[in-house]
Amino acid sequence: MSNIRQSWYEAGARERIAALVDPRSFAEFVGPECRETSPHLGIFNLPAQFDDGIVVGSGSINGTPVLVAAQEGRFMGGAFGEVHGAKLTGLLRAAKALGRDVVIAFDTGGVRLQEANAGEIAIAEIMRAIVEARLDGVRVVGLIGGRAGCYGGGGLIAGCCSTLIVSEQGRISVTGPEVIETNKGVEEFDSRDRALVWRTMGGKHRTLIGGADVFVDDDAAAFRAAATAALARPAKFDAATLAAEQARLERRIARFGDMSDATDIWHALGINDPKAIPDMPADAFATLAAQYRESADDAR
Amino acid sequence: MEILHFDIAAPMPAGGTRKMALVGVVASGNLEVLVERGDAADRCAIEISTAAHGFRDLWDAVVADFVGRRAAGGLRIAINDGGARPDTVSLRLAQGVRLIEEPEA
Repeated sequence: MSNIRQSWYEAGARERIAALVDPRSFAEFVGPECRETSPHLGIFNLPAQFDDGIVVGSGSINGTPVLVAAQEGRFMGGAFGEVHGAKLTGLLRAAKALGRDVVIAFDTGGVRLQEANAGEIAIAEIMRAIVEARLDGVRVVGLIGGRAGCYGGGGLIAGCCSTLIVSEQGRISVTGPEVIETNKGVEEFDSRDRALVWRTMGGKHRTLIGGADVFVDDDAAAFRAAATAALARPAKFDAATLAAEQARLERRIARFGDMSDATDIWHALGINDPKAIPDMPADAFATLAAQYRESADDAR
Repeated sequence: MEILHFDIAAPMPAGGTRKMALVGVVASGNLEVLVERGDAADRCAIEISTAAHGFRDLWDAVVADFVGRRAAGGLRIAINDGGARPDTVSLRLAQGVRLIEEPEA
């Protein structure tokens, strides 16, 4: 291992897994040599990828056995198709059967349009599999800091995780910037305004409003350290947790629902200089967020 | 989708003991190369799947150059192409051969 910092944002799915798990501990399930590729993309004359854009398998993190998945954001925007989704569903069902925690490195624009029905079903199956695993005491830790962010059905799945770890680059939402602009007009949301996109959907905002739990720098080692800590937390998941979260979300709408910009919300949270947040280094931001943020209490 | 097959003489046998190596990603201007062990130590079999039709001669040239320069004997190579340029293809093929020679990580 070198001491050079490895960017999580720039890394591919396989590099992220290599950075996350203990050396030589990873064993891939349904690897590229199995050639389980999408049965739909060829119809549209689009090239397939041997792993269908997701790597799943088992490994260990600091000696603790885990199941891991990583999406490849560069292939079809990391989008969910039939095979891609089935690999994650299968991993989560294995997690329930084995009673083993799961770490998912999200990097997705949502459902693949070329196989939308299969992809939407996959999203529903994955959400169900996460809830069923969590009811059995399994932790499902989500890591978000990739180029595609975590959008569409990926945003819904992330919302089911027990802990979400996010970097500034990681954006979490259901409807993406371009889709909002297309449907509601550029006056509502200018998707080319990068600063607007990041302060509305980026890791800092999600951390402050309780949409993500842990904020880290864009550093693979920081993601690994945060995942290690998340795997050591209690794996409580019950009706009381969900009821508390529902009440929190109702309060959030009442409190912030009329505000038009994230900086207004940050100000309302008690932050004196909200305009300084986007340029703030990760360490300073994490300290500030710990003081002012809303806590999601294992559900969001 | 155009599927191209090449099965050509490869004088230099590949080293190492790894069963498989994967490099690259299917993205615009990029490609993925899956390298596996084949049957004959003096042959290299390459299968290319590409949405850019009509470039057989160019692929032929790139593959011939690759087998002439690198230790590719005994390998079976599968490519999913995302419209990569010939220099990118050469780079990925070289990376694939290099990776399969390395000890298991």
